[in-house]
Amino acid sequence: MDLLLQGFETALTPENLLFALLGVLLGTAVGVMPGIGPAMALALLLPITYTVGVDSAIIMFAGIYYGGMYGGSTTSILLNTPGESSSVITAIEGNKMAKAGRASQALATAAVGSFVAGTIGTVLLWVLVPSVADVVVQLGAPSYFAVMVLAFFAVTMVLGTSRLRGFISLFLGLGIALVGTSTGQARMTFGQPLLADGIDVVVVAVGIFAIGEALWVAAHLRRKPLEIIPVGQPWMSRSDWKRSWKPWLRGTALGFPFGALPAGGAEVPTFLSYAAERRLSKHPEEFGKGAIEGVAGPEAANNASAAGTLLPLLTLGLPTTATATIMLVAIQSYGIQPGPQLLDSEPGLVWGLLASLVIANALLLVINLPMAPLWAKLLQIPRPQLYAGILFFATLGAYTVNFQAFDLALLLLLGVLGFAMRRFGLPVLPLIVGVILGPTMESKLTEALSISQGDVSTLWSEPVAVVVYAVIALMLVLSTVRGAGGRPSPAAVVPDGATGPDGIHGTARTASIDRVEHGSDRSIDEATEPEESLR
Amino acid sequence: MSTSTDLTERVSADTSPRIVDRAQYGLAAFLVLSGGYVVYDGTTLGDAFADQPVQPWALSYAVGGVLLLLGLGLGAATARGDRAEAEDGEDIDLSGSTDVRTVGLLALVLIANLALIDRLGWAITGALLFTGACGALGSRTWLRNLAVGVALSVGSFYLFYSVLGVPLPAGVLDGVL
Repeated sequence: MDLLLQGFETALTPENLLFALLGVLLGTAVGVMPGIGPAMALALLLPITYTVGVDSAIIMFAGIYYGGMYGGSTTSILLNTPGESSSVITAIEGNKMAKAGRASQALATAAVGSFVAGTIGTVLLWVLVPSVADVVVQLGAPSYFAVMVLAFFAVTMVLGTSRLRGFISLFLGLGIALVGTSTGQARMTFGQPLLADGIDVVVVAVGIFAIGEALWVAAHLRRKPLEIIPVGQPWMSRSDWKRSWKPWLRGTALGFPFGALPAGGAEVPTFLSYAAERRLSKHPEEFGKGAIEGVAGPEAANNASAAGTLLPLLTLGLPTTATATIMLVAIQSYGIQPGPQLLDSEPGLVWGLLASLVIANALLLVINLPMAPLWAKLLQIPRPQLYAGILFFATLGAYTVNFQAFDLALLLLLGVLGFAMRRFGLPVLPLIVGVILGPTMESKLTEALSISQGDVSTLWSEPVAVVVYAVIALMLVLSTVRGAGGRPSPAAVVPDGATGPDGIHGTARTASIDRVEHGSDRSIDEATEPEESLR
Repeated sequence: MSTSTDLTERVSADTSPRIVDRAQYGLAAFLVLSGGYVVYDGTTLGDAFADQPVQPWALSYAVGGVLLLLGLGLGAATARGDRAEAEDGEDIDLSGSTDVRTVGLLALVLIANLALIDRLGWAITGALLFTGACGALGSRTWLRNLAVGVALSVGSFYLFYSVLGVPLPAGVLDGVL
């Protein structure tokens, strides 16, 4: 409790409040803007960590994370194209509401629902982070190694449409992580001394997220502008409130555990929440035509899972979403290693962050409800200038890592890789997780085997490790069984709508929305089946 | 909406068999080659300490080997008709083919920047980068873009210099800025 109060003291200093405000505004802006997600925004902002203090930077990044989620829902509701795969449902149901003249209510229930879910999620973090940290701090290197292997499998298999592509991406990332110096020898440096320190994670993240995305969009730039639904002040009537509050709570209950366990990000709980609301609703006939419950529940699930992802990030140093991955990079750039020791070694940082999340949430609600019409204007930003700006800031960010033109060449190569990944449907998240966790995994393995003097059986000598390997085996079996029937699990959630980590896949996804567009209820009916397919 | 019918058609084309995505063989070959190189690079590494349980080459062998296998697996899947789901987005219209010219121009702009940044300085190359990228993406308001580009590059130069205390290269404008 004292620590939490101290956290609020940290978060409520004028300077940090300003950073929280800045983060929330920036996050919402990039969330609304097409083409930029919170992960790319954080990657572009990493240079800020050179001068700003660690608590301010993390508070701002958390604000961007939450703000980005909020802004993303605005885009989905007003444009009918989900910026992230976790917004697919919002794009279906919210856009239907907007077309029926209820854009204001859709935005309002998304905003208040995000606030409710984010706040409950943060309070859960207050309770869970210390107790989980107490447990994980006792994990030995073998267990920790096992948990990292689990994280690799989780981001690769549960999220991806194709296991093959997920693993390709993961091992490309691990390959990039090999570059550098290992116990005094140059490894994978192609004889280039500038590579002796490895490829900076900032360059990788900016190259894959920003340059790759800009090149990909450039190759397929939509020449016809999208139809944007005009919006006024968000508000809700009494009956809207009555229909929304239960979905908010149920969505939170679904979303938080999915985020907290490294088990599949935000899209699965949003689908589950949608299915649950449809089943429980007194107005099932409205679903597919703009039911407010179908926006309230999934949006709450989305935000609760965002809060949940901070649990493995802060206690284990394991990121499970692209945005959390970049936050990890930011923390590491201060020489702080997130992991089981973090809460003991940096209590001020962790509690300052946990306190600031509540503040960021409140700011989002207070600032953004009145500003919704203004944010909607961002959707009209001219695309050439938008993507030229992304390239400009990406170059600047990568250059300031080492002030070497060589890094810009690497950046371009990685951008080409990012382009190819988008072309061939390779998910981005496993790659970036591989780059970041690869070195840690190698050192944990070395540590475990050094203690056991090379005896490999030490890797399954701890009960936690055994349990974790059993879970991995179970995941493998389940996905193989399901794979034999056609697809891995998350794709089965919406059978003709593929979901991928942080909006990586999408052809069929948009197709499913378009079918709804055609007035066919089919994909909605199918979307209500995830409970069966996930059981 | 015309795009929606395009999409539906394309999706049905995705699921129909016997259409081989030849470009995907290129990706598979890339994976096999890089996997092979990673393994080869591993063979050039010696033991660090005799008692070190995980030698520097161990991970090279593991990662390179798996990359090789994944490349072969992708090749096989491609031959069986596996096709990629290209990434969609707000500003992306997948109904057309790849706009090679735009991507090539953007790559040229980026290469020009990295070649010139140390000589001309960020204030100049940054502005050219922004203007060039706008032009490549189809904007024809050159003067306005150049003005915005100069404002961005000079502004970021001074922001980094005075606020963040990090000097960006001034290049030929050294002493002027």
